[in-house]
Amino acid sequence: MSADPFPALPDDATLLAFIDAATALNGIPLDPAWRGEVLANLRAIGNSARMVLSFRLEDEAEPAPVFTA
Amino acid sequence: MSEVTGPGATAASIAAAVSAGEVTARAVTEAALSRIAALNPCLNAFTDVLAERALATAERVDASRAAGEALGPLAGVPFAVKNLFDIEGLPTRAGSLINRERAPASRDGALVRRMEAAGAVLLGGLNMGEYAYDFTGENAHDGASRNPHDPLRMTGGSSGGSGGAVASGMVPLALGSDTNGSIRVPSSFCGLFGLKPTYGRLSRAGSFPFVGSFDHLGPLGRSVADLALSYDAMQGADPDDPAQAPRPPEPVSGMIEGGTGGLRIAVLGGHFARSGDPDCFAALARVAAALGVEARVELPEAARARAAAYVITAAEGAALHLDRLRERPADFDPATRDRLIAGAAIPAAWVQHAQRFRRWHREKVLELFDKVDILLAPSTPCRAPAIGQATIVMDGATLPLRPNIGVFTQPISFIGLPVCAVPVWLDGGLPLGVQVIAAPWREDLALRVARALERGGTAGCRAGPG
Repeated sequence: MSADPFPALPDDATLLAFIDAATALNGIPLDPAWRGEVLANLRAIGNSARMVLSFRLEDEAEPAPVFTA
Repeated sequence: MSEVTGPGATAASIAAAVSAGEVTARAVTEAALSRIAALNPCLNAFTDVLAERALATAERVDASRAAGEALGPLAGVPFAVKNLFDIEGLPTRAGSLINRERAPASRDGALVRRMEAAGAVLLGGLNMGEYAYDFTGENAHDGASRNPHDPLRMTGGSSGGSGGAVASGMVPLALGSDTNGSIRVPSSFCGLFGLKPTYGRLSRAGSFPFVGSFDHLGPLGRSVADLALSYDAMQGADPDDPAQAPRPPEPVSGMIEGGTGGLRIAVLGGHFARSGDPDCFAALARVAAALGVEARVELPEAARARAAAYVITAAEGAALHLDRLRERPADFDPATRDRLIAGAAIPAAWVQHAQRFRRWHREKVLELFDKVDILLAPSTPCRAPAIGQATIVMDGATLPLRPNIGVFTQPISFIGLPVCAVPVWLDGGLPLGVQVIAAPWREDLALRVARALERGGTAGCRAGPG
């Protein structure tokens, strides 16, 4: 299990286009005034996801169907 | 006013006095209602005060005693619950504007029923961050919960009203929820003991969910014995919670005086030794010194665990609220809405990978518990910030405050480890919490260590200015 970097997130314009498409796909009406904060949040989530996705797992590593601590 | 009707009374002392007939449950309840009336206009902890119901419940306790019946271990103890717990007759608002249009709950949540079955008296519902997606205790609809030790400061969240109500002495016990730190953060900022049990231990039935993968319920109190009393009262199987583990109750109240002898305790390094103010590490050092702990270990891939919790939280939270985001996005608290809209856009593969990583991480952490019994870490990276503060400086970088308050709590709840948060007072200023973390299902050990710290004077609660 190596830790190869997952590609960096795209630029703001690309992420905003993705947000516009994703909100349309989900049927969420997006007030233009909210786009900046949604973008900041998506970038924060995406940066966290990059860290997780950079961690390679074996193909057999399945999530627990019902997680037990 | 007798000691047991005063603001500093513990649940244990109240129950003992009520059971012995030294005071009535009604008198205790009336005194608590008076404190709420006096303090809540400033502290904004309660969103619903149920005086009529509480007095009726208290009178039933008193009538039971008068009839010679055995009273429960929480006889006459006032308590309150974060307003995501169902309370019969009230819409379960979960800190939101939208939910208060729901039909009133037809019955109390499972843990409310268990607390009252043990003799406790519900006084009302408590303020919280909207839909529990919060570490601050701020709320756009109900106003911020205010810290009893400094009302210009945050209580922490999302169980903000729970922290404020207990720290001010309005009630000795409150219930909260903890998905990524929402019991442990207000415990730290308000100077309380807080117990986040093992994932799957206590029933979540009859509470409004947030992130099914991480949601826990538990108590906040002013003594370790009170946490143990209420935790014991709330244990037990409940088929209404699909994530509850099939384990019998394992009472801990008789075990908390067991001391720390023979326990292998270590301080968490790495991720848990960065990104905090010097004060939070000073609080941790004080706890470690009191316990004679010098060992230091690392939680495997802790930063990545926090990142995975962040991703899963955003995705599951967004999935839960998708219909409301589609239909009423303008009625959300903006701080919640904009994160949830972003969460709704996350590729499924990211979430699945985070869940796969979660299982890998759990296995590695369980290996660590072959070598240690208890892990210590700060609860929060700072003392209570000012209400309205938006940023925090971490390792020299200015970052958004809201998500980063949970930097030390998120990796622990990610795999459901039990934690007792203990309050430390470094000086005359505000408190800071330290997490006492145990292996799954070993709440008894976390509480034993917390009690040793309390008994030795290293951890404890101080009355708020109210």
